[in-house]
Amino acid sequence: MWSTFLRRLILAVPTLWAIITICFFLMRLTPGGPFDSDAPVPEEILANLRARYHLDEPLWQQYLSYLGNLLHWDFGPSFKYRDFTVTALIAQGFPVSLQNGACALILAIIIGVPLGIAAALAQNSPRDYAISAVAMTGIVIPNFVMGQLLILVFGVLLKDSVLHLPAGGWDNGALANRILPVFCLALPYVAYIARIMRGSMIETLRTNYVRTARAKGLSSSAVILHHALKSALMPVVTFLGPATAFLLTGSMVVETIFQIPGIGRYFVQGALNRDYTLVMGVTILSAALIIAMNLVVDLIYGLLDPKVRYDGE
Amino acid sequence: MTANEAMEATEVIGGRSLWQDAGRRLLGNKAAATGLVILAVVAIASFVGPYLLPWSYDQIDWDHIEALPPDIAMGHYLGTDSLGRDLLARTLVGGRVSLTVGILATTVALLIGVTVGAVAGFVGGRTDQLLMRFVDLMYSVPLTFFVIILMVLFGRNFTLMFIAIGAVEWLTMARIVRGQTLALRGKEFIEAARASGGSTPAIIWRHIVPNVLGVVVVYVTLTIPQVILLESFLSFLGLGVQEPMTSWGMLINDGAVELQINPRTLIVPAAFMTVTLFCFNFLGDGLRDALDPKDR
Repeated sequence: MWSTFLRRLILAVPTLWAIITICFFLMRLTPGGPFDSDAPVPEEILANLRARYHLDEPLWQQYLSYLGNLLHWDFGPSFKYRDFTVTALIAQGFPVSLQNGACALILAIIIGVPLGIAAALAQNSPRDYAISAVAMTGIVIPNFVMGQLLILVFGVLLKDSVLHLPAGGWDNGALANRILPVFCLALPYVAYIARIMRGSMIETLRTNYVRTARAKGLSSSAVILHHALKSALMPVVTFLGPATAFLLTGSMVVETIFQIPGIGRYFVQGALNRDYTLVMGVTILSAALIIAMNLVVDLIYGLLDPKVRYDGE
Repeated sequence: MTANEAMEATEVIGGRSLWQDAGRRLLGNKAAATGLVILAVVAIASFVGPYLLPWSYDQIDWDHIEALPPDIAMGHYLGTDSLGRDLLARTLVGGRVSLTVGILATTVALLIGVTVGAVAGFVGGRTDQLLMRFVDLMYSVPLTFFVIILMVLFGRNFTLMFIAIGAVEWLTMARIVRGQTLALRGKEFIEAARASGGSTPAIIWRHIVPNVLGVVVVYVTLTIPQVILLESFLSFLGLGVQEPMTSWGMLINDGAVELQINPRTLIVPAAFMTVTLFCFNFLGDGLRDALDPKDR
């Protein structure tokens, strides 16, 4: 297992490099630039601006110095937020996004896994159908609709009740400001995890070793918790890798709707402003995060499945 | 009885093909069958409906701004939006765009995914290693980010949108097809095809691809709703098709702004989209059950 893990870890470096390279040239080779504006800017000022941000150098030189700077965590200056470096912007926004994302993911696992098990234990019963319907609803309602509905209900309609929650803003991370965004972010994952869990639990319950455990006379809860759960969790763990990617996307929507100063919002604004360095910074960070999450998934595999530990592959 | 007659007799009895069998089981599944019917209705309404309505999607009725439904006399069956445009016409035209993007993008994903998967699985060796490492690499790319970058850089363009989304969604398809192909590769009929001199492309096209279609069909049905969601997400960020053209995502986004004044403009397109996505998911689940050989 460790050799696989090490190999993946080493492979992460060229992967990241490939992503950085593609992203860099993709952004530079397309029409339009960060200093385009409707008002005509004098040629000298433009030239100065370009020199200030090294945009007048040949592309390969820009690329090499960007890579060089990355090696000591310098993502370069932001083109639009003139007084900030991208590193500073990310340092501000990333903790916020990370906290929300982690809360949402944990919440989704805590709710989704039991829901899936409950549905699997009573396959094709009304309870199963009810849970599946709720899960399907969570998947098909886009979170920007869900966000707006939550704001309408808790922010506006329940304005004078105890259940009133702020409709947006961050307020330095006050608990009340976090509830709606985290819930909104978590809902689709609750749904996905419940669905995956249901499917894998049904399959696991049909295996021979579970039948043996039952035949030994173990109680239903012991069979599920000690025998079935571990292997039924595998597909859920696999989902964690892609889930991180989805969470990042989801955070763009949720942070825009609830006006939260995280990196998802920076990415959207940065892309619209052609803020090359900011977009690159957020993309690189996200890619690193997804790669890291996939490595964690590999590790958890090893913990859950002895086969992975001994096979070496 | 001559040999010829004997052959005719067998033909009369006829066998049930995998697809006939699956079709029968699919129609027996109430949720999936209902889903199929509703999808057909939505599709026909979206593609034909706008021509039958008295108002077109971009026509402004200055006398009936935010008209309440049902305004039968004026032909605004579901009322109008804040600019006086007929809501039903816009929702149907939006559905046309969303469904088209969904289907085209999935077709792109299908073409790339099946080709890569089948070639990797069948040829094996270094080709397989190379292609699958590439798929692995793509999995760690924040792909939605790339779609957004592409949309921003090249402008809001319908063709680009479905190609970009399709180019992002093929990865899982490639993995699934490769897995199936690996299982098929050792089968006798492939060996027979090879022994009788079939070239690699011919074997992939004639023997591998038809045999992975079952899995692919299920995945396609589940990919279309994902693409529709992704398109609506892009529209939410302001990167969708251009006004006055519209899509469900754009309508929902416009409606969300007016949520407190005129909730109808959110509810109508959101209902259409949600129902469609529900139906695709039911259909996909039904197809999976219908095509699963374990259940036969």
